[in-house]
Amino acid sequence: MAVDLPLPRVGPATDHAPQPIKVVLNWGRRYSLWVFNFGLACCAIEFIAASMARHDFIRLGVIPFAPGPRQADLMVVSGTVTDKMAPAVRRLYDQMPEPKYVISFGACSNSGGPYWDSYSVTKGVDTVIPVDVYVPGCPPRPEALLQGILRLQEKIAAESLSTKGIRKKYAGHRLASAGELARGLVHRPARAGDPVEAGTDG
Amino acid sequence: MSPYVVVAAVVLAGLLLFAAAMGARALLAPRAPTRAKLTTYESGVDPVGAGWAQTQIRYFVYAFLYVIFAVDAVYLFPWALVVRSSDLGVASLVEIAIFIGVLVVGLAHAARRGLLRWF
Repeated sequence: MAVDLPLPRVGPATDHAPQPIKVVLNWGRRYSLWVFNFGLACCAIEFIAASMARHDFIRLGVIPFAPGPRQADLMVVSGTVTDKMAPAVRRLYDQMPEPKYVISFGACSNSGGPYWDSYSVTKGVDTVIPVDVYVPGCPPRPEALLQGILRLQEKIAAESLSTKGIRKKYAGHRLASAGELARGLVHRPARAGDPVEAGTDG
Repeated sequence: MSPYVVVAAVVLAGLLLFAAAMGARALLAPRAPTRAKLTTYESGVDPVGAGWAQTQIRYFVYAFLYVIFAVDAVYLFPWALVVRSSDLGVASLVEIAIFIGVLVVGLAHAARRGLLRWF
């Protein structure tokens, strides 16, 4: 399939835009974060609580329940990422438009959390997609997510998009496919006293 | 001044706003197409097949019979209320006869295709 795939770039005016224009753009970006909720486990309940009336992150400009990744600016990965889910996380992140941000919400998506030695859990969503803000906790309280959003907004306010920066970000995986994250079955390591089976390696 | 000038001004302002918004986007927005981004959105999994696919048309039969037997009732019940009135009665009788005639053609077609058999 031949697709037209030009190099990543920012708009021609952005590289030469005066500082006030960049401030206005960043101001717009940080206070209209359409969020794509990647709710994978119990942390998603805390995320939903953060979107409801008591904690209400809409007052911070975070708009929940984007119809899909193509309408989203921010992905909140809340819950346990498994190796089976990892290609889907990556694909949906890839399908978000620039500029895009990721908040890793909870111990599981930060590092694997309590399942750090599981055979099937990805050891942190940052092995799959770049993460901007980590929210610690198991699960974190909604206030922690609000704090994470504030930290992300500070980061967006300080950032300056450039063609050079965006090409650096995409160097190496413009043609990558989410299928590369798929992994075969993991076999139990051999222990002393195991009967030796024919046809198994290691 | 003709009121159409106002309409034209509103249309022109709308076009200008649209052009300004799209122009600002083209000048300022970052763009990073990748192969994964340009694939079809299928909730994170690989799309299967092409955009064009053949679908089963057999439910057409149910829709067809539904129109013949059910949708006509929607028109027949209100007609039953006015058929005795002096001003609408005769004209509506002719009209509903044409309508039912069309439906009978459809029913005959359904019968010819064997859609009315029970088994």
